[in-house]
Amino acid sequence: MEDALLISRLQFAFTIMFHYIFPQLTMGLGLLIVVMKWIALRKNDERYNESARFWGKIFAINFAMGVVTGIPMEFQFGTNWAKFSTFAGGVIGQTLAMEGMFAFFLESSFLGLFIFGEKKLGPRGHFGAALAVFLGSWISGYFIVATNAWMQNPVGYAVAPDGNVHVNDFWALLLNPWLGWQYMHTMLGSVITASFVVAAVGAYYLLTNRSAEHGKLFVKTAVVAGVVSSILVAFPSGDAQVKNVYEYQPVTFAAMEGVFETKEGVELLLIGQPDMEKMKIDNPLYLPKVLSFLTHFRWESEIRGLQSFPKDQWPTNIPLLYYSYHIMVGLGTIFIAIMVSGVFLLWRGKLFTNRRLLWILMLSFPFPYIANTAGWTTAELGRQPWLVYGLMRTADGLSPTVSAGNSLFTLLGFLGLYFVIGVLFLLLVIKKINQGPA
Amino acid sequence: METLWFIIVAFMLAMYVILDGFDLGAGIIHLFAARNENERRTILNAIGPVWDGNEVWLLAAGGSLYFAFPKLYASSFSGFYLPLMIVLWLLILRALGIEFRHQVQNNLWKSFWDGAFAVSSILLSIFFGAALGNVVRGVPLNKDGYFFEPLWTTFTVVPEAGILDWFTVVMGLVGFFTLTSHGANFIALKTEGELQKRSRSIAAIAWWGVLIGSVVAFISTWSIRPQVWQNYTEHMWGFVFPLLGIAGLFGMFFYNRSRQDKFAFLSSAIFICGMLASTAFGLYPNLLPASTNPEYSLTIYNTAAQEYGLTVGLTWWVIGIALVTGYFVFVYKSFRGKVVLPSEESGY
Repeated sequence: MEDALLISRLQFAFTIMFHYIFPQLTMGLGLLIVVMKWIALRKNDERYNESARFWGKIFAINFAMGVVTGIPMEFQFGTNWAKFSTFAGGVIGQTLAMEGMFAFFLESSFLGLFIFGEKKLGPRGHFGAALAVFLGSWISGYFIVATNAWMQNPVGYAVAPDGNVHVNDFWALLLNPWLGWQYMHTMLGSVITASFVVAAVGAYYLLTNRSAEHGKLFVKTAVVAGVVSSILVAFPSGDAQVKNVYEYQPVTFAAMEGVFETKEGVELLLIGQPDMEKMKIDNPLYLPKVLSFLTHFRWESEIRGLQSFPKDQWPTNIPLLYYSYHIMVGLGTIFIAIMVSGVFLLWRGKLFTNRRLLWILMLSFPFPYIANTAGWTTAELGRQPWLVYGLMRTADGLSPTVSAGNSLFTLLGFLGLYFVIGVLFLLLVIKKINQGPA
Repeated sequence: METLWFIIVAFMLAMYVILDGFDLGAGIIHLFAARNENERRTILNAIGPVWDGNEVWLLAAGGSLYFAFPKLYASSFSGFYLPLMIVLWLLILRALGIEFRHQVQNNLWKSFWDGAFAVSSILLSIFFGAALGNVVRGVPLNKDGYFFEPLWTTFTVVPEAGILDWFTVVMGLVGFFTLTSHGANFIALKTEGELQKRSRSIAAIAWWGVLIGSVVAFISTWSIRPQVWQNYTEHMWGFVFPLLGIAGLFGMFFYNRSRQDKFAFLSSAIFICGMLASTAFGLYPNLLPASTNPEYSLTIYNTAAQEYGLTVGLTWWVIGIALVTGYFVFVYKSFRGKVVLPSEESGY
């Protein structure tokens, strides 16, 4: 049973991390494409249309990958987590089914029109198709985050006589206090990824001195979108999300921040390694009293440490949780610095000639992917040992009839298949980038 | 309310089989009907703008199943663990075959994805038929409502049978032939010239497979699960579904002969619809019969979500389906008529 649990968890973690490479780009890129189409329509500037078409191709490849790697996610709720599905299907069945009806149909119907129907639709119609695809992907994100928010902070449910939960307040489920900030935070993270990717391609064109006109346009659009999103992702959405964790999952908050003892005037850790044996942080670099201030707006306020909670409530992998959280926050801070410099240079009219920043922009596109993944790792590890916070433990959600041997078979299958399609995906995207937008 | 959701889920699955069925069928006949690059691209462009939307019906039907009958979703998805995972891998390969093929102008690259597209479409059609076979035959549910089936055991129909036994293989072949002729009818409708002629003759050949397969499936269902007829003897009006299927079957034959591709395609859609509705009518109120003990069978009553959720769901489902109908009418109108092969830059 232990093996089966570990393998099913690994399989879900691996397939969702791989999956989320794609939607995190398409959700943000969808927005940027809409912006490009909008400017093209307003200014009657063909370069923006060419850019939208170019990014439309990258979008389509990523979208296809997102669709095919997304289907296994919905399936795994049933295949590997049957007890969880039985237990919680009466609630999260709502959000997952609504995603299909309201998001997937919208996206898939209009993507074909967006990619192949530009001539048939005309400029306005084509803008409309881009808008529909963008809306579809953001609605999809809403229902998925709503599902996750319910698992983090269950609301609007009642327990039936058979022990399973059922929704009894539809609007509470869709307006979960956890959901608003988490959704905003997730979507902004996605816009950051798209901004860095668009900026990286633009910088590459400028540095290699080809398609330079489009390169300028990419970098310009991307740093503006990037500075807005990377600031908003930290404040207010990130800040508010951490406060949500403090309120609804205080033990997770203590583990994330590396607070072992309850005390007043708690420092904010920047770097340091948790030592779970001695219950302390090695080699800490910190800002004194800042955590207390950020949490309660009082420098001397008290924060509960891990040791004040019973051990069976602790997240199961505290060091990894702590690191994921700090990687996300650290990278997020660097993103703000990069994008603010970009906008500053844009304002001074030196952005397209500053090779140093163009190099940085070209090379930093992988980091938002890492930050988004680390953020979700924080959310999911932070929820442990619970599958549904406070209601069902992860170990109790497993399918009772699927053996470890069978799930290892499929885990290995996913590893192999995803490796192959990942390589092909990279080849294709590199090829599209080298073909250029003109 | 449970009955209503049974009908809704069955309707969505039928929509999936009819819509994604024709692009699966296009994949099956792809290597045989299309002999050169232009013909292959014609087939891909016929399904290109719509296949993804069609496949969403599977996801949406799965989502509705999860929502309306969570216990069934949990039990059947974990019980059919391996075949479902294989279906997922095939769906991945097939989708990438369609979407990646045209991205690189290299013959080996294209041949590879042509092969992936055809093989995955063929295997998927068989698996979907076999899946239906499993539902009709029943599965070894335990008293907690769970089961696990290996891919195969002895190929005989015993309580501890695997996913594949002779009955489900027959059903798999019915699925294969049905989708072959359905897809061939669609391609005939969307194309002209040699490709159209070849598609028509494939549809004509596959029709015999459908006919023979259906007769064998009918007789073997009679012997394996006679309970299916109980609903028919109690409610005679149910015979309208098999009659619809038979009408579709003959329509396929005659309209194929008279080269009225539109009606041939509609006939195969009606055939699929009639057959699936007949099966659903025979199963009701069972969702997944137990081969072990009839009392362990999963029905719409012991698996459904509660009244409040189902009622709320009905509200958004009606809004949703109205929107979806709008999208589909718009998309299919935008791409109606025969396929005109676009330049390599802008199409498949």
